Amino acid sequence: MSKQPAAVIGVGQTHHRAQRKDVSMAGLCREAIDRALLDADMTLDDIDAIVVGKAPDLFEGVMMPELFLAEALGAAGKPLLRVHTAGSVGGSTAIVASSLVQAGVHKRVLTVAYEKQSESNAMWALSVPVPFNMPVHAGAGGYFAPHVRSYIRRSEAPTHVGAIVAAKDRTNALKNPYAHLREEKTVEQVLASQMLWDPIRYDETCPSSDGACALVIVDEDTARSSANPAWIHGTVMRSEATTAAERDQVNPQASRDAAAALWKQAGITSPIDEIDAAEIYVPFSWFEPMWLESLGFAEEYAGWRLTESGATAMDGRIPVNCSGGVMSSNPIGASGMLRFGEAALQVRGAAGEHQVDGARRALGHAYGGGSQFFAMWVVGSEKPSN
Amino acid sequence: MRDVAVVGFAQRQMRDFDGSPTCVELLVPLFKECYEQTGWTRKDVGFWCSGSSDYLAGRSFSFVQAVDAIGVIPPVNESHVEMDLAWAMYEAWIKIQTGEVDTALVYAFGKSSAGVLRRTLSLQLEPYTMTPLWPDTVSLAGLQARAGMDAGLWDERAMAEVVNRSLTDAEKNDWALRKGGSSVEELLARPMYADPLRKHDCAPVTDGAAAIVLAAGDRAREVCDRPAWLTGLSTYVDEMTMSRDLTGSASARRCAEALDLGGVDTAELHAPFSHQELVLRREAGLADDVTINPSGGALASNPMFSAGGIRVGEAARRIWAGESDKALAHATSGPALQQNFMCTLEVSTGSTTGGNR
Amino acid sequence: MSRTLSAPVTVAFDYTRSTGPVLGRFLTGLRDGVVVAGRTSDGQVVVPPPEYDPVTHQALEDFVEVSPVGTVTSWTWVPEPVKHQPFDRPFAYVLVTFDGATKPFLHALDVSSPDEVSTGMRVRVRWAEERVGAITDIACLEPLPAGEEAAPVVAPSGAVDPVTGIVVPVSLDYTYAASPEESAFYRGLEQGRIVGQRCPTCNKVYIPPRAACPSDGTPTAEEVELSHTGTVTTFCIVNVPFLGQRITPPYVSAYILLDGADIAVLHLILDCPADEVRMGMRVKAVWKPEDEWGTTIENISHFAPTGEPDADFETYKQHL
Repeated sequence: MSKQPAAVIGVGQTHHRAQRKDVSMAGLCREAIDRALLDADMTLDDIDAIVVGKAPDLFEGVMMPELFLAEALGAAGKPLLRVHTAGSVGGSTAIVASSLVQAGVHKRVLTVAYEKQSESNAMWALSVPVPFNMPVHAGAGGYFAPHVRSYIRRSEAPTHVGAIVAAKDRTNALKNPYAHLREEKTVEQVLASQMLWDPIRYDETCPSSDGACALVIVDEDTARSSANPAWIHGTVMRSEATTAAERDQVNPQASRDAAAALWKQAGITSPIDEIDAAEIYVPFSWFEPMWLESLGFAEEYAGWRLTESGATAMDGRIPVNCSGGVMSSNPIGASGMLRFGEAALQVRGAAGEHQVDGARRALGHAYGGGSQFFAMWVVGSEKPSN
Repeated sequence: MRDVAVVGFAQRQMRDFDGSPTCVELLVPLFKECYEQTGWTRKDVGFWCSGSSDYLAGRSFSFVQAVDAIGVIPPVNESHVEMDLAWAMYEAWIKIQTGEVDTALVYAFGKSSAGVLRRTLSLQLEPYTMTPLWPDTVSLAGLQARAGMDAGLWDERAMAEVVNRSLTDAEKNDWALRKGGSSVEELLARPMYADPLRKHDCAPVTDGAAAIVLAAGDRAREVCDRPAWLTGLSTYVDEMTMSRDLTGSASARRCAEALDLGGVDTAELHAPFSHQELVLRREAGLADDVTINPSGGALASNPMFSAGGIRVGEAARRIWAGESDKALAHATSGPALQQNFMCTLEVSTGSTTGGNR
Repeated sequence: MSRTLSAPVTVAFDYTRSTGPVLGRFLTGLRDGVVVAGRTSDGQVVVPPPEYDPVTHQALEDFVEVSPVGTVTSWTWVPEPVKHQPFDRPFAYVLVTFDGATKPFLHALDVSSPDEVSTGMRVRVRWAEERVGAITDIACLEPLPAGEEAAPVVAPSGAVDPVTGIVVPVSLDYTYAASPEESAFYRGLEQGRIVGQRCPTCNKVYIPPRAACPSDGTPTAEEVELSHTGTVTTFCIVNVPFLGQRITPPYVSAYILLDGADIAVLHLILDCPADEVRMGMRVKAVWKPEDEWGTTIENISHFAPTGEPDADFETYKQHL
């Protein structure tokens, strides 16, 4: 038995900011939802089921917030699911929503992911001390910086590659009206910024954002009503442990396995030739070359050469994060869904100023935990043949 | 729809688990039991999904370490819901319906005793005008119980009858924390606690974990003589506000209406408060001859985030054993039965009707 | 001796919530001493107003003032209040439908015994002495004195700006327990020993030991006494201060592969300038004075360079 076809016909997101003090959590979600429904030419009454994703509940201090949000999200009287797979959650949530359609259980599913980081402090929420342990943890940056150092050592990449990514993504964000950070950055400026978690500089880190993203995912019949559906060609989730003896923390097996399964599902043999735009979860700039290798866009230790050559710029061979990516907007729980949604916008020809001309197939990617949870999809402008 | 059955189930329930809030050491033996029941190894499992809550554990990403219990080299196809086991099972059932996988092992865990459970659950409420008043779970259930009593829908005697039957049946359940029926009169003679609730009207704080194994078609028949076929599943949620009609549960009614409940002989209802069983029986339209909660139900023990799924497992066990031919299982979440899940399990595949049909 | 070690943990934060326009309108009303309800499209008058209409799903815009006097529609007794509830002595939570509203509202009622509360009783708002634009501006509800039909008019708070945000302190107390395997490790540290455990399936030596080896799901078992010397595999220099931080930056947070272990542990490197820490650097544990030891990895104050030549990259590259 094979999956029922499913397509994204509505994409909505908020204006992402450090603090969205003008809206409540419900208001934040509805801003994204209402845009997605408008895009899909639907109302909440047309929706069969709702899937909510967000990262740790400690961020907003509400346990299972989808319960109090149910009425505002239009979920009262409907099925409601809540996914939480750490930083990959935005992607996993979109995949769970897709599967409700692909299983033939629902026809029109709304999915929304959000984070309102300004309600608390993510560094605090991620560093609540665990008794008996050494309190050396320093948030996500402190966690990932040593692994970035390992990548640099293993690949012998020049140290300015991280700055190239940061400058590119920030500059791309100027073309995205929803982006949080919208400021022109040069490689020199990035290199001159403060070293926070050596080897990661201030400008090489993502911001902390309030924001939400919503998608409307529908079955084949409903998709016919859309002028430009983004058909789902493949979805994959893979998980491994945070720490394990001799675990590769730079290029985790779960990532490599996920990519291999994804390309197979989507019928792709050479990702760099067959993918027209990629939205990859890059919260710290060095993760662009790292994931390029893991995803199979480059050979091992050659990802940085691709980045350095300009191939990942908007006009490059494999444009990465034309939206500005996580480096420009990071509402954590929504960041993965933004990658998935931006990929859909590209193949729908609806990405506005950051549109890659003629994009036909795009990758949406998210990861979470200690580089251990992976969620990815490929969307295309054509209905998949399989 | 593909025919999918519950073919494995294992559980642990206890008053005070003295291990870590990640519950990894509870999960290892649970998975072992599931492998013994099916003859599988972890490599036979196509999809994994877990349910748990960071607020129960008191730390972010509390579920992350649980995958260690699986053994994740090679990496696994895995997901997590911040919900009860029943919804983790629902996600897995959906995954099997897509055709991507044929088998799944779902699990959930929670150490309720790590904090003050009824206070922790205040964090589940609307955070602007409810949580700052810290209404605890027992109080919210009390408001619901009183509303039904005032409306003449039930009385304290009916609630005591639920308790007496549950604690009597719990005597046969090794995992029950509270067991031993007496009589309605004896129960009513006990002091009021959170008027209108007596202590026995409220589920005991319980730590625990549980796992359920699903398999499609022949994969189920290979490992189980009498697979418990999931012939219908449904889930709905209501608005949270306590200004909704607390004497009923619209979402529970919708769940029941979405399923074919004809011929149900047994029902495992997740009712952490005695009056909630009365609400659920009414909303599901269950006849008087249906056996309710033969396990003793949540009033005997109620491990957060697995107790709903345990209802599915208990129902499945009765199908396997030939004690039931068609059972209803139910799970709830949120204050005063806000969110509900139901499924039917049958000895024959019949016609699987799928989710929310 | 208990099987596992445990310790208290408090998870506390003062959450800063933006209310949005609808809840902001309600809370502004409370600050000004009036109860603001929302009128929904199906004709209900609801306190607090829902942010979105339950039928049309549009943001609610129709507000009406209702009386601060109302009728109890349900109640429950709270015999053992928990921290932060409106009273630290027994009280009742009630649902009360204010005069002019059609749906009930949840708050606490100040009575000293369940005999003093009943469905149908008339109650009124008792305003907090200082009102800031929060649900707690209603200190509680109180029985309406016989013969009175209105609540006392309260003075406006004097503030004019609409309420747009609230601060909600959340503080939860937990008991954290370590797994049995971790507990053995911490107890070893109390004796100045670093004791790992070997996985019986894959034979890897884990520090700390694990309730399940993440590779194969088998609990680690056989104890392996580890060297106090090891190799820095990788590290970062933390220059950033953050809330809740317990070590003053800058500091070097490093993965240290102890000789004999198959997994690195995270710890501090001191006794040399941060910019001299290198991948491959050989380091040794520096213990705190013995009288300060407990069941914690903090017994090891930090790691310091041994002065040995750096380890060859090939010897630790599989641990990155």
